[in-house]
Order: sequence, then structure tokens, then C-alpha cells
Amino acid sequence: MSGYPGSMQESIRNLERTRLSRAKEEIPLLSLKERQELLQRYHPDYREGGRREIRVGVNKGERVPNELADLLEAKSLIRPEEMDLRHGKGETDVLVIGGGGGGASAALSAAEEGAKTLITTKLRFGDSNTIMAEGGIQAATGKFDSPALHYLDTMGGGGFQNLPNLVHALVRDAPMILEWLARLGVMFDRKDNGDLLASFAGGQCRRRVHSAADYSGMEIMRALRDEVYNRGIEIIEFCPAVELVLDEKRKCAGAIFINLDTEEKFMIQSKTVILATGGIGRLHIQGFPTTNHYGATADGLVMANRAGAKIIFMDAIQFHPTGTAYPEQLLGLLVSEAFRGWSAQLVNGEGKRYINELETRDVTSSATIREVVERKKGVSTPTGMQGVWLDTPLVEINKGKGTIQKIFPHLFHRFYTFGIDITKEPVLVYPTQHYQNGGILIDEYGETTVGNLFAAGEVSGGVHGRNRLGGNSLLDIFVFGRRAGVRAAQRAKETEIGQLHLDHIVEYERELERSGLLKENIRGPLLLPDYRYEKALARIHQ
Amino acid sequence: METEKRAYVPIYVYGKKYEVPEGLTIQKAMEFVGYHFIRSCGCRGGICGACLTEYRVPGKYQLKVVLACQALIEPGMQIAQSPFVPLNRAQYELEKITGQPGVLGKIYPEIYRCVQCNTCTRVCPMEIPVMDYMAHAMKGDVEKVALLSFQCIMCGACASKCPAEISQPNVALLARRIYGRHILPFPEDLYQRIRDIDQGRYNLVLERLTQMSTEALMKVYTLREQEPQESQEWAPKDPNFPENIIGKGEPLSRKEGKVWGRIS
Repeated sequence: MSGYPGSMQESIRNLERTRLSRAKEEIPLLSLKERQELLQRYHPDYREGGRREIRVGVNKGERVPNELADLLEAKSLIRPEEMDLRHGKGETDVLVIGGGGGGASAALSAAEEGAKTLITTKLRFGDSNTIMAEGGIQAATGKFDSPALHYLDTMGGGGFQNLPNLVHALVRDAPMILEWLARLGVMFDRKDNGDLLASFAGGQCRRRVHSAADYSGMEIMRALRDEVYNRGIEIIEFCPAVELVLDEKRKCAGAIFINLDTEEKFMIQSKTVILATGGIGRLHIQGFPTTNHYGATADGLVMANRAGAKIIFMDAIQFHPTGTAYPEQLLGLLVSEAFRGWSAQLVNGEGKRYINELETRDVTSSATIREVVERKKGVSTPTGMQGVWLDTPLVEINKGKGTIQKIFPHLFHRFYTFGIDITKEPVLVYPTQHYQNGGILIDEYGETTVGNLFAAGEVSGGVHGRNRLGGNSLLDIFVFGRRAGVRAAQRAKETEIGQLHLDHIVEYERELERSGLLKENIRGPLLLPDYRYEKALARIHQ
Repeated sequence: METEKRAYVPIYVYGKKYEVPEGLTIQKAMEFVGYHFIRSCGCRGGICGACLTEYRVPGKYQLKVVLACQALIEPGMQIAQSPFVPLNRAQYELEKITGQPGVLGKIYPEIYRCVQCNTCTRVCPMEIPVMDYMAHAMKGDVEKVALLSFQCIMCGACASKCPAEISQPNVALLARRIYGRHILPFPEDLYQRIRDIDQGRYNLVLERLTQMSTEALMKVYTLREQEPQESQEWAPKDPNFPENIIGKGEPLSRKEGKVWGRIS
């Protein structure tokens, strides 16, 4: 049985023919100079015409993807003069906007500090990219590993542009985060002796990724969500925030929400606000498929930008090297980097490797694009998609029979449904939009450049520089979620809310109008992607 | 995937007939006919449990329970979605629970109402042996429940069909958390690393790293030694890297403030 059509069989035979000789083949890691050349020639970030400058507001002059720039320069979803800011729907100490891993950990930490805490979320509590994280979470736990090596790897992965204070916080807190999660009952993978099992991700000099099979994010989110319920923290679902509210000192003091069921608009006032709204994948930058959740529409960036928060590295988008390219029903589905960490190889249509699989994601994706677009050595599907093979059966050969079903039960199941047994046949992959490397600029306690406004997780930026390492985002959301939660709760104790207003929105739209950029038909934030009618057939989303 | 080349098939969404191109998932077929999802849509990748859906096809009595983002349409199918399943959930303090047998039944006594009809297993879109883990739950085997239920995405299909009115996803979640917290051993190497960090073992090296010029940092970066794939017997030639070249040890004068409290 094969899940692949005849037209793809020949290249599978090429791959099988070279498998044994390839398995021992050493491809050296690229030098920093070689990496840079590859990125500049092939990485989508450097593609002509993909990015443009923001033309108004506090981030004027920042280059961001066109799709994001359009939203940042869009009209608000509310009319400020119609909002009654004297009568909010509620008051709290710490308002957490976003119900993924960053929001849940921020809320737990704020509540531990004694703050009255409220979580609001656009979809269900837990709906997020967090639950889709397969590979795991980085922490330097190994005997020959250290936070210093973790620091070096992270900086190198980010092109040495990461903000050092943030990386310091990230690597220092990492082991404590792992302990915190284990105490919440997260079932991390173990060795036979009970020690934590760790695997490689690209750009790491030590194996440092801690997983819970390929359910890592889901397993963590299940436990966190349960703990939030146990602590009695209030949650409002299906009510996305659409604007931030400021006070007369231009500090953040609440947000405006839309109830998606009733379309009612309402305000919640809060002494501090934590944005944990996640990423940008569903904007489909440059028409790429995405691994992201339905709700990943850059809402936090749009709100924060209007409220005056600086952003950083928002031109740097991460394309994960191994998004599924066949079958079409699984298009964009993330095939965990841990496969390469467990010795699966990337192979072109001729059965040859073309890059060391443990290069960083930006470099590996660039090499695949070169292989397919320039060298024309990709593999075509019947509908004209292109990709390269990820030789998954090697994992069974190198690491023992049964390894794939033990470490990757979810992915095994997903492909098996479509007649592909990944223990015996490879997976066709192509780079897929996966992560926003940048975001809202924060300090090491998660505070943005707007007073009393914090950000945590993918919506924030700086810690990953221009390219995040695998396993550093599950870590990031908890390190900065916890830090922001604690700091926001402490700040709330010394905060008196002043006169609330939405002047920043009026001013922003006035500036748009003066610059001739105000369009009636584009509104932001986007909230939900539109896949209706013919768009349902576009080959850019699952 | 051009529209004109595809054959169209009829489907019924909440009883209303539409013609859609064949080969689509239920989720995409509903979008094709104009649904803009608020509920019943999440990860679109089979792991979040948002798009629980039931259907029947003509001429067959079976009621199928699937995830709309995973299941493909069939001609003539009748579709209805279940975006929310009310579940019974107990409040508890995980720290105060132990892995003692009987703890699941104490917190969720309704598990003993199970009549072993196997409906839960039959409807589970993740093909989890739900009835089997419920049998272990009744026997008090927390570990078996945790391991067998590990792939649960908490969509609630089992609970929505259970004649004994059990909320299996929450029973299993409790078991997994007890297993992770109280039964799995706490790894000594992790504790040692945390003690080292608490005692300032890395303060100086990390501070120096943060203050280095990009050029100097690149130099140190390129000196890293790569752990190999097969590393059971492996040890680095220089276990003290990078402390030995940029400084190690004594705590800083500037003390790191308490950033967040540890739960212990």
C-alpha cells in the first residue's frame, strides 16, 4: 500500500535507493557567512516587494509585511464617540487579553500575587498556537548543557540581534519553568530511569527540547487551563478585544471588546493590561500556507500600535521548513522539527540531501526554497504543489522500530488517515509560515513602551531576534507570561485609574486621513480570516 | 485545485442542501457554501477539539462523530455540529491529592455508573479506548488512565453520548495531572540545575554574555562544540565552555531581584 500517486513514486524509489548511504553522510554546518548569503538570496523575508514601511503612528518607518501594514493602517472597528467609557462592563486589577499559554500563565501568576484577574479570549479558552506546538520546550537541563550555551544558541539563531536582557531572562528562567509545569502535572517524556528526555532542534549545540510526545503544547495547555479553572479565575470567551483604552497619562487602563455572538461592544476597565493575543499566521504572508490557529490574525499588534506601543523585528517572519505539502487536506500541517532531531533527513527528488537538518529554521527553509525554485530538484504533486521529502522511516531505522508511534503518535495518526504510513514512507514538505519572530517591544518584565501595558508570548518581540529556535516559543510564553503576570499584579497595587479615553484612535485616524490613507473598506483588527466561497479552495490553508 | 475540474456532490448542512466540490473536508465544504465560523473552528489541524461534528449518509443507519477539519465529505451526508459539550468539572487542589487508588472515584463518583456500553470508544474521533481507561479509573489505576487517555483533545464526544452521564475528558485530565505531579519521579538533574541557578552559578557568565559586542559573541558562538546524534557515551572536550573563556562563578554585586515566586 502507498498513499502516494504513481507520479510521485519514482522519487520515492530514488530516496529509498540512497537511504543507507545517506544515513551516515555528514553535511557540515554552514559558517555564519554562508548562512547569511543563503538567507539573503532565498529567504522570503528578503523578497522584493513583500514588505513596506508603516506610514503613520509611533511605528512610522518600520518595515513590516504588506499584509500587516494594511491592517495597521486600517480604520478601527469602533467609533470612539459612540463608546460610553464611564460605564464599563467590569473592573479588574489585571486584564489578560488572550487565552493561550502566555495568557494562562500570566493570569495564574497575577492571581498568585493576589490580584483580581480576568482572562478574555476571542475564541475558546485554550484556543491558540500553544496547543499546536508539537516539538517541545527548551531548557538547559542536561549534564553538559548550561544556560550560557542556551544563551549562545538563541543569539546565534536570531542573527545576534536578539535583545540581550530578554534572552538572559529566557535562559535563566527556563529550568524553573520546566519545574513549574511538572508540578502542575505536565507529563514530560522521560528516559527509562525517570530523567527528563531531551531532543535536538535546529541551531542547538546540545539536546535541550523537552516534549510530551508530539502533544507538547496541548498537554501543557490542558494542565494550565485546568489550573486556571481550579483557581477560580474569571474567563470571558468569544469576546475579542478590539481597542485598548488609555487614561490621561497615556497609560493603558482597559480595553474595548466585541461579543462575537451578539455584536455588543463593551468596555472593561483594568489597572494593568497584558496582551497575549498570539501571532499573525492567518494573514498568509506572501500567500504562504500556515501552521497557525484560526485565530492568529495579529489583533494585538493592531491594538498596541494604535495605543502607541513600539514594535520590533516585525519584518522577520519564520517559515518552518517542514509544513506538509501532500496530501492537500493536510496542507501546511506542521511536521515537528523533532523528526529531524530524531535523525530524519531532508531529501530532494533525486534522493540527495542538500543541507544539514540541524541548521536553524530560516537557513533550512532557505535551502529548501533554493532546491525547489532555483535548482528545480523538488517533487511535484498531481495538483502542482512542490516539495521535498522528509525521510521519516530513517527514525525507525536509526532509533528503533516503534519510535515514531511512541514519539509522534498524533502525526502518525494524521497521515495514516490518508493512507500514508510514515514509518514506511516519507512525508512531502515545504516551508510554511509558522511564527512572527518580532512583535511588541518589551522589557525583561514584559512591559511595553506604553505604561501599564504588558505583552507576553508571540505578540511580543525582541527575545528571538530575527529567527526563533525550535522549542524557544513554548519557553518564551511561560517565562514572559509569568514575569508579566507578577509585574502587572504588583503594578496594579500602586495604580489609580484616571480619566479614560480613546483619543489615540481619533488621532490615528486623523493622521491616516491627513496622509490620504484612510480607507473605508479596511477595518482592523481582522479577528477572523475569511475562507468563504472560492477562498475555501485556495491552496493556502488547511 | 480549479473549481471547474471538480465534480460536485450534494451535502445537507442542518438539513439545508448545498452542492460542493468533492474531496473537501467538512469544514472547507461549509466555508465553500458561505459559513464564516465563529464556533466549530480552531486549529484546523485535528488537535483542538473545536469542530466536533455528527453526520449520517443515505442508506446507512450509523451516526458518525468526527472532527470537521479532518473528515471528508460524502455525497448526500447530513451534517450537524456540536460546538460545545457541557462537562461536569470538580474543583480540586492538585497539591493535596495523592496518587492513592480510589482518588478518581472520590472526586468523580459518577464513574461507577459506567455500564460499559463502549459508546465512548466508538465515537472518539481520536480512536482512544475510552471505555478501557474508564474501567481502569474504576479500579483506581491512575497511571493506566493517564497513559491510555494521553491523546484526548477534550472535544467532549464521549461525554455527549454517555448514557451514564460521565464527563470522561475531565476524569482523564485529573488522572494525567495526578500522574505527572505525584507519580512520575521528579528529575534530580533538573533540581541540581535550579539550585545552581538560585545560588548564582551562572550570574557572571550570563551578565558578561549580555554585555559582549556582537563580534565577540560571534567568536564565542563559533567555538561551541556540537553534541552528536549518537551521544550516549559523549562528553564535550571542554565541559567548562564558555565560562572558562569569559569568566565564571561568584555571585554578582547587583543581586537579581525575585522575579516570580516558586510554587513549592
